[in-house]
Amino acid sequence: MVIYGLFFYAFAALLVISSITLITVRSPVHSVLWLIFAFFNTAGLFVLLDAEFLAMIIVIVYVGAVAVLFLFVVMMLNINIVKLKEGFNKNLPICILIALILLVDIILIVTKSSEAGNIVLSLPVKDFVGLTNTHAIASVLYTRFMPIFIISGLILFVAMISAIILTHRQRQNVRRQMADKQISRSVKQSISIVKVEVGKGVNG
Amino acid sequence: MEEFLALFEISINHYLILSSIVFVVGICGIFLNRKNVIIILLSIELMLLAVNINMVSFSAFLQDLNGQIFTIFTLTIAAAEAAIGLAIIVVFYRNKGSIEIEDANELKG
Repeated sequence: MVIYGLFFYAFAALLVISSITLITVRSPVHSVLWLIFAFFNTAGLFVLLDAEFLAMIIVIVYVGAVAVLFLFVVMMLNINIVKLKEGFNKNLPICILIALILLVDIILIVTKSSEAGNIVLSLPVKDFVGLTNTHAIASVLYTRFMPIFIISGLILFVAMISAIILTHRQRQNVRRQMADKQISRSVKQSISIVKVEVGKGVNG
Repeated sequence: MEEFLALFEISINHYLILSSIVFVVGICGIFLNRKNVIIILLSIELMLLAVNINMVSFSAFLQDLNGQIFTIFTLTIAAAEAAIGLAIIVVFYRNKGSIEIEDANELKG
């Protein structure tokens, strides 16, 4: 129990530190790297919470795909860092004020709330005893949550199409290979015999 | 000693307070970085992460699998949102040459 607590406090402290550094650090590339560190700490917390599958998903999908996509875009854009940080100190007091109000609000709600009454569990874990976490998730994700699963696939599809359409750009003055036209050329189209008069070039 | 050991008994409140701190830090990131759109997107990712911690902790402490399932769908939407947001940023940078929000002022009529 003590070791569990120690790991929780370590992951929690690193998560809070990395998220605060994320919003205050100067360069966007460092921000993305701190975000990756925050994701790793969250994965550790998920392992503590017996959600091993989600921990792996966080590492693979978030760190491997989303964060790398961010890194790619940040490095592709040529950004003036000094100019981007203008107005940081101007907004700091009101930000801290709002953050404190919100945080005290949430913590009061969390700590002062009474025990919940009888909660009806729709997917109690004890139904999946003997299965690994991945098995348990898979056994409901593809059966009970099938419509939502398909809809989320469609959402990803739409996101892919929109990202391609937004960023795709037709380049001018680029010679492309046109296989059909190249293959269907005949000798008559490509070669012509010209009688060249003496003393004049082909182009007249 | 007893009180010290009780500090290491992690309840759901610990996780909820942690996720609320991360959420508030994400909101602060939107407040502070008014110019850099990329850091605003990163802050949104941070807030989604806080919500995910919230749902997984409820899933663990209530012994109910629903929270983890919902977290998977949240991850899906977060990935889609990041892809479209970054595409918009790239197009915006191509047109304006900067990624400051204050340059996006042509819809004011």
